[in-house]
Amino acid sequence: MASRKDILLEVKNLKTSFFTKKGVIKAVDDVSFTVKKGEVIGLVGESGSGKSVTSLSIMRLVPQPAGKIVSGEIIFNNENLLNKSETEMRELRGNNISMILQDPMVSLNQLLTVGYQIGETFKHHGKADGNLLDKCINVLKKVRVPSPETRVNNYPFQFSGGMCQRVLIGTGIANNPELLIADEPTTALDVTIQAQILQLMKDLRNETNASIILITHDLATIAQICTKVYVMYGGRIVEKAPIKDFYKNPQHPYSEGLIKSVPVLGKRVKRLFAIEGQPPNLLHPPPGCRFEPRCTKAKKVCSQKYPPEIELKKDHQVSCWLYG
Amino acid sequence: MKVFLLKRLGFAVFTMFFVVTIVFFLFRSGEADPAAIMLPPDATPRDMEILTKNFGLDKPLPIQYLNFLKNALRGDFGKSFRYNEPAAKVLFERFPASIQLGVTAFFFSAILGLSIGVLSAVRRDGWIDRFGRVLALGGMSIPAFWLGVMLMLLFSVNLGWLPVAGRGEGGLDTLRHMILPVICLSGYPIALITRISRSSMIDALKSDYVVMARIKGVPEPYVNIIHAFKNASITLITIMVPMATVMLLGSVVIETIFSWPGIGRLVVESTFARDYPVVQVFILLITFLITSAYIVADILYALVDQRIRFQ
Amino acid sequence: MKESGQDISQTFSIAPPDEASGKKLGVRTPYLGLFFLGLFFFMVIFADLISPYDPYASDLSKGTLPPFWEKGGSAAHLLGTDFLGRDQLSRIIHGSRMSLIVSLGCIAIYGTIGVILGLISGFVGGRTDMIIMRLTDIWQSVPGLIVILLLVSVIGPSAKTVIISIGIAGWPGYARIVRGECLSLKQRDFVRLAKVAGCSNIRIMASHIFPNTINTLLVLTTMDIAGIIVLSATLSFLGLGTQPPSCDWGLMLAEGRQYITYAWWLVTFPGVAIAITVIGFNLTGDWLREILDPKQVLR
Ligand SMILES: Nc1ncnc2c1ncn2[C@@H]1O[C@H](COP(=O)(O)OP(=O)(O)OP(=O)(O)O)[C@@H](O)[C@H]1O
Ligand code: SF4
Ligand SMILES: [Mg+2]
Repeated sequence: MASRKDILLEVKNLKTSFFTKKGVIKAVDDVSFTVKKGEVIGLVGESGSGKSVTSLSIMRLVPQPAGKIVSGEIIFNNENLLNKSETEMRELRGNNISMILQDPMVSLNQLLTVGYQIGETFKHHGKADGNLLDKCINVLKKVRVPSPETRVNNYPFQFSGGMCQRVLIGTGIANNPELLIADEPTTALDVTIQAQILQLMKDLRNETNASIILITHDLATIAQICTKVYVMYGGRIVEKAPIKDFYKNPQHPYSEGLIKSVPVLGKRVKRLFAIEGQPPNLLHPPPGCRFEPRCTKAKKVCSQKYPPEIELKKDHQVSCWLYG
Repeated sequence: MKVFLLKRLGFAVFTMFFVVTIVFFLFRSGEADPAAIMLPPDATPRDMEILTKNFGLDKPLPIQYLNFLKNALRGDFGKSFRYNEPAAKVLFERFPASIQLGVTAFFFSAILGLSIGVLSAVRRDGWIDRFGRVLALGGMSIPAFWLGVMLMLLFSVNLGWLPVAGRGEGGLDTLRHMILPVICLSGYPIALITRISRSSMIDALKSDYVVMARIKGVPEPYVNIIHAFKNASITLITIMVPMATVMLLGSVVIETIFSWPGIGRLVVESTFARDYPVVQVFILLITFLITSAYIVADILYALVDQRIRFQ
Repeated sequence: MKESGQDISQTFSIAPPDEASGKKLGVRTPYLGLFFLGLFFFMVIFADLISPYDPYASDLSKGTLPPFWEKGGSAAHLLGTDFLGRDQLSRIIHGSRMSLIVSLGCIAIYGTIGVILGLISGFVGGRTDMIIMRLTDIWQSVPGLIVILLLVSVIGPSAKTVIISIGIAGWPGYARIVRGECLSLKQRDFVRLAKVAGCSNIRIMASHIFPNTINTLLVLTTMDIAGIIVLSATLSFLGLGTQPPSCDWGLMLAEGRQYITYAWWLVTFPGVAIAITVIGFNLTGDWLREILDPKQVLR
């Protein structure tokens, strides 16, 4: 076991739900995981599996007023974030924990200059001493935005999607956070830029020993930089595995499906995870294993009870009745 | 942007022309004879003839129309039948009173409506939100004239605190005279501004750039004002600028109830008296102000949203 | 806008809302609004049965009686009488009909113009669309009040004038919204299929597009009726609308205004009737918007 000192983030039994007109959507249902210092975690799962809601829960920014963290603990640097006041959280956000949202084009305010929006990270954490403008230009330089001195005064609509993404990443790492959550940071980009951006994150990790949670649909990206993979399905984590085990030896039938559906090497396809069937309806989830309706190896018990988490070996856990 | 504004200007001119033409022919198609309105009942047919000639009413319609256009371009809109003075002068003499009321009411409703709407959106379902919803429903549902009558009944007739009607004699007295009319005039605008600012703020607060700002650790007051309100203001400009111009023209209803000597009342009187030139100038003025309001709104959009400038 | 305290409940709360009280999850039914609306339509339908007197019958010996609970009032005239001795309750009940006739008349006129122009504009597109939208722009820069003033001064004040003038003035809103709906419906498969199947444009508009705008129109109409009732009452109040001796709430207020100093009931109850009816339509309209959720209607 890792010593407590090494653990940066520990999420315990997190449940986050949306209370909507149609009913309660359990978007995150009893999720537990840890992130050690300097670790790069890959969080994968198909659309709607709760990856973004999990990360927003860590930031304590679940969409209001429908979304609520129902129960659980989020322990960051030995402190439960759920017990912190809003002011304390605000001081952590953008400074110690930082996040890059999924859709770069709408994550920037079209009415404010890029420079202003980068500068906010410094200004509101008391780091605007000296020349704020230079600091913003440096951020742009770091993410390799061309001619940063003029670009800093431009508006987001003058940037391409890839450039917006770089601005967001630059903003995210501006204060050298201890934890960076990157929600599909490379989806909108072409391959060379993807590589550059992954390099940026690697640099951040190497320079400051930051931990990174990388959310993605792209297993190739994960293979490049992650140390561990957490697989989410229907609001739950179904498998946690070191990167090598995950590729060579996926244990959960869903993970197997994921690996199999990876396209032939070199050929990039937009939609991955082509597994038969529909993702579960989170309003009325199946009573047992969430994957049961689509699972080819399902047993009788699968449709009755949710499988417990089994530790197969060190750092490799799976929730599936095949092993229980 | 310049081209865009020029287009807008051209459109405004065209609209004015369109309205002028329609108004002219509609009025001339009425059966009333202005001469009959102006002269005492015992006037001789000769008097009538002279008068008709003086007003140029004896010429064929197309000629009258051309003359009217020519004069209108010079700022001459004919004489009021009732006052026998230039119609524009009659109207503009009453303008200050309307502006006084309209501007006060506009600022009153803007301040109240915006603060209630924004606070309601920021603290949804809080007590301000509840109060704001009732206020908005009331403002939308209670006719201004009835509100006026009821307030007058309460504060002027029964309690005797405030004057019944008129504009007052300057200073504090004028202020006292303004209280009830301003409240009545503001009822609907407050409701509308509250509603629209609330819903556009809620939309803005839902967006990703607001989440992003919070992720950066931007404090809530900055999130609300710099990120959300700036975006919400685009919708607000759309409704508030035309609203401001209409309010500037005073209110036909409020001025009538409170005997406020503005152009709203003048227009109703002129309508009854079929004093066309005055009504005509009023219509032109209102069209002019509203078409200019759209141009002002466009300029404001461009100030808030740089995207427009680059298009 | 303090930082802590209140804000915590704003952005974060660990306690789930009461799951048992399903009310919070759904849209609240506007019982009050529906009740007011029911009352209004009850008056409209059964006016002749429920009004205690002939609303036009005057009896000068019983002029300006107060409502029954005031000194001098009697149970014979529950809401008192006006200066001609006409029973106020009966006049208010019958006045509901005038409100409904006027508002339906206006909607019928401008709804038809607006829907047709909106459908054509959205469906045909191109130049036609541009011309119609320009026309809509122009029309919207002319305040409705002007049209009304114009028509009143040309054809004289009457209920008919009000219906015609509001009818002529009001269509741009409908046109815009129907056009918006039409544009988005045009992209949908069933419309494309109908086109491929060789349906005529008019047929597609009438039987494929129009029925799909009904929800939106229902919301719009409910809200608009509220506005028209206020507007037409205002016009009657100014003497620009319905003329005596009609039963019309606005007109009743105008007549009562001269007696404001000693007959408060004459300026109070007709207004209450207007307010209640309009609140009914507004609340119901809000509710319809929540449940039907039309995209084009501004909140
Ligand atoms: N604001 C919201 N209101 C109601 N339900 C929501 C809201 N946001 C998310 N959800 C629900 O939460 C579930 C999880 O959503 P989430 O965004 O976390 O998925 P995701 O794994 O990030 O998917 P993607 O890969 O598409 O980003 C979804 O099924 C969705 O129904
Ligand atoms: S628990 Fe059963 S249904 Fe679920 S993945 Fe394992 S085998 Fe399939
Ligand atoms: Mg997501």
